Amino acid sequence: MDLRSQEAILRLAESHGRDDIVVIIGAPDPESAEIAAETVRLGDPTYAGPLAGAQLGLEVFHVLHEEVQADVPPEVWDSQIGVMADILDVDGINAAIEEIRSRPLDG
Amino acid sequence: MLAGKTVVALGERDGVSGPAIAACAEAAGATVAFTATECFV
Amino acid sequence: MTMPEPVLLGATQVLAHVPGLAIHGSKPRRELPRHPEVEGAFLAALRSFDDAVAYPPHQVFLGALHPRQLPPRPWVGAPAPDGTSRFGPAGEIMPDHEFLGLLAAVDHFGLVTLDPAVAEQAAVALAAHPLAKHLDLDRIDAATGDAAAVATRPGSLPLHLGTDHGGVAAAVVSAHEADEALSAVVLLDNLAAKATAALALLHVLRSTGVDPTSVDYVIGCGEEAIGDRYQRGGGNMAKAVAEVAGLTEASGMDVKNFCAAPIPALVMASSLVASGVFGRVAVVAGGSLAKVGMKFQGHLRHGLPILEDVLGGAAALIGPDDGVSPRVRLDSVGRHKVSAGGAGPQIMEALAVEPLRRLGIPMADVNDYATELHNPEITEPQGSGDVAARNYKLIAALAARAGSIVADKEAQAGFVAEHGMPGFAPTQGHLASAQCYLPHARARLTSGGGDRVMLLAKGSLFLGRMSQLSDGMSVLLERNGNDDNDDNPKGR
Repeated sequence: MDLRSQEAILRLAESHGRDDIVVIIGAPDPESAEIAAETVRLGDPTYAGPLAGAQLGLEVFHVLHEEVQADVPPEVWDSQIGVMADILDVDGINAAIEEIRSRPLDG
Repeated sequence: MLAGKTVVALGERDGVSGPAIAACAEAAGATVAFTATECFV
Repeated sequence: MTMPEPVLLGATQVLAHVPGLAIHGSKPRRELPRHPEVEGAFLAALRSFDDAVAYPPHQVFLGALHPRQLPPRPWVGAPAPDGTSRFGPAGEIMPDHEFLGLLAAVDHFGLVTLDPAVAEQAAVALAAHPLAKHLDLDRIDAATGDAAAVATRPGSLPLHLGTDHGGVAAAVVSAHEADEALSAVVLLDNLAAKATAALALLHVLRSTGVDPTSVDYVIGCGEEAIGDRYQRGGGNMAKAVAEVAGLTEASGMDVKNFCAAPIPALVMASSLVASGVFGRVAVVAGGSLAKVGMKFQGHLRHGLPILEDVLGGAAALIGPDDGVSPRVRLDSVGRHKVSAGGAGPQIMEALAVEPLRRLGIPMADVNDYATELHNPEITEPQGSGDVAARNYKLIAALAARAGSIVADKEAQAGFVAEHGMPGFAPTQGHLASAQCYLPHARARLTSGGGDRVMLLAKGSLFLGRMSQLSDGMSVLLERNGNDDNDDNPKGR
């Protein structure tokens, strides 16, 4: 994940309280969704950025998760997401994120 | 679920972009604190 | 006065195989010093020239086969396609020792020093090159010197050949000790772009037989920004390329728009011809050294060679209607407006759907959609997926939504198979963004069976941190004589 994004997430987590934050990702496939989810929950797996070793455990969803869609007015959903919901591997992406969410945080 | 929350919108160029995620989150009543789009090609 | 119809007179592209320069790509340059243990694996995973020539996507890039004729993957280790050669119908792939000589031949500021043995080898090889008489080979002599000594000067950069990191083959100096825009690595980026663009331009002049002095203008659409610290993207690569290619009557300028730049450049060139401002306009783009080796970590993780070991280059020539060449339909231009926002489907809708709806052309009547044709064998190991395939799925989904095809998975897959193609281009975004299809498009719309090709490109403006938006542009190329009221039999 971009280092500037990691830095911004770290600062938000420090200033806002982690329970208040929801990270919504737009990754195009399960691999890249997994990396993004892992980074904001368990720390940067590439050890390159500010979130290396930082177990923030933030709530994370893909934007195509049904719980996210349920919150978004249909006309906004249609104009912003539209056919992307038909062409991305939604089940694979959500499964990859769920796998990361199921991993326990240390301590 | 999103109403009143602070959202980080991490889009990808080939999936859903940051601004598109942010527009959805705002419409759902969240505050978007950070928006980015990544491009890996 | 009738407006001249702009046509695509010719399109060529080149590759320079530069394994020795791969460590100077932006990612290897940052990562390898931090992980010295990886450097050995990186060097060991570089490809030989023969492997680079035989790599099927490279042969597609050189026009030897159509993208849809690619063999099943994996392409690494696949047998060389029939007719594989260093020189293809669309251009050539140049080995690194020749390319170092070419760098010296286009260097007008004494930036490059070549080791004497390397200079000799390059001079002999380039003297036998089909374009030799257009290259200023005297500059190779002038650049010969103690490269190893020059490389030790503060701010200088040593260059190597192949995987031979023992000897210094050449050195590039910085042009100003305090100006990052004139550092050795930036100047090497720019010289490499200049050399590849010039090589492609010379090829397109040769293949079309067009007199270099008849070209009025050159538009550069590569990714590099030339300038100094007071004007980092000042330009003008196009004119520098025109100069070394002998276009003495031309001027030029650069168009910047991240990876999308080639399509606006093509549209501008065609508009200049259509308006009668200029007669012939060239569009050129050199390779992006910064992007070489960008996904090396993924390639090493998957036991692949460093697949980003080539620089691309491309040139296209636009002129008034010659009765044969594909027309550039300026009434078909699609653009991504500010008001369309940043969502992917809206970009694609603006580029692929709206222009055709406006013209009343069914989406299935476009034979080929040329979009971002990044080679998936390069992008997938780093987790970036198959960019071309995703684009085609999106186009097919939008075609279904627009009612152009049946809205079921099978019909959409059929649309992708018929109108899409596998990605094959090096991951230098401007080359991948439709531009790499120009030689194929020209062949399809002249000797081949196609009537229409849509070119569409997207650019990630948000990377520059001035806007969260993307941009994009599209344009149709059409077989000459394709008008309904045109009874010219050679058209079909």
